[in-house]
Amino acid sequence: MEIQEISGDDYSVSYDVDSATVIFSGELSLANPSEYQPIADLLVQAVSVSGGSSPVTLNLESLMFLNSSGISMLSKFILSLRRQPTVQLIVLGSEDVPWQTKSLKNLQKLLPSLELKMLKPEA
Amino acid sequence: MSQLYGEFIEKFPPENDSLEITFTPSSRPIKQRWRNNRLSAYFVADYFITFLPFEEEIPGQEKRIRDSKGAVSYVANELLENAMKFNNNEFNQKIKFGIQFLDKPAVTAAIYTTNTVDPKIVGSFKAYVQHLLDSDPSELYLQQVEKSLTDPGEGSSGLGLITMLNDYSAKLGWKFDHPIAQSDIITVTTMAQIAV
Repeated sequence: MEIQEISGDDYSVSYDVDSATVIFSGELSLANPSEYQPIADLLVQAVSVSGGSSPVTLNLESLMFLNSSGISMLSKFILSLRRQPTVQLIVLGSEDVPWQTKSLKNLQKLLPSLELKMLKPEA
Repeated sequence: MSQLYGEFIEKFPPENDSLEITFTPSSRPIKQRWRNNRLSAYFVADYFITFLPFEEEIPGQEKRIRDSKGAVSYVANELLENAMKFNNNEFNQKIKFGIQFLDKPAVTAAIYTTNTVDPKIVGSFKAYVQHLLDSDPSELYLQQVEKSLTDPGEGSSGLGLITMLNDYSAKLGWKFDHPIAQSDIITVTTMAQIAV
């Protein structure tokens, strides 16, 4: 099992190669697009490794905070996939995380083939 | 003489509670204080929630509290990040960051920051503000993301104010001011009002 991880004081982003899943957790508010570049590169790598043969999943369920520079990084990555129509992307979010209920729906507008699955809160 | 753009509240009802924090941007490098933006945003969100007329026994209130805190902390963090990034440190003025609670006509959080602006960019800043106010937020979002594909924008994603409008239906307002007579100092107060 191969896992690559980028982490900071309050967050981690790990890429599990076998399941083609990038898991975000914690709170992410890096200062600018350059600071987000290593994470953006990891997302591009996940797509390139999958080669369009299996879906790539971004699991955001445990990402409790993301600032606009982070939303920009995700949006830019997703818009760039329009040029790779064979790539299937699944985004997992949670109805329990307020920023996700506000902002994740925009990602689907950027890439209509994106599958957005929102985890429902526990009853 | 001050100049207003968008929906800006100059005078709040004096009986309402508020919280204002000041920062001295020159005291520490911006990189070292960056995490403080988010912590300050959480702090004002927690403070604000205590004033809301919520009763926890009512079903759905817990979600409303969580959503309100999430909205206030997102918007507060974005305003503070912008104030820290774009403050003109030459003038050695403090950055102000505050929140006011309004209960009429609807329960609203008014969050604001005041920072100094480089006189050389104030004209283009005002034009940008007018463009934000005149445009459809969902179009602005798409245009900004498309632009980021060709122009990485090292310092700023340009999505902070746009996401406030598009995702949180914030009402935005700006006040440009010359706080000291016979001085070149220009300040801008950026205010976001969100229904909670």
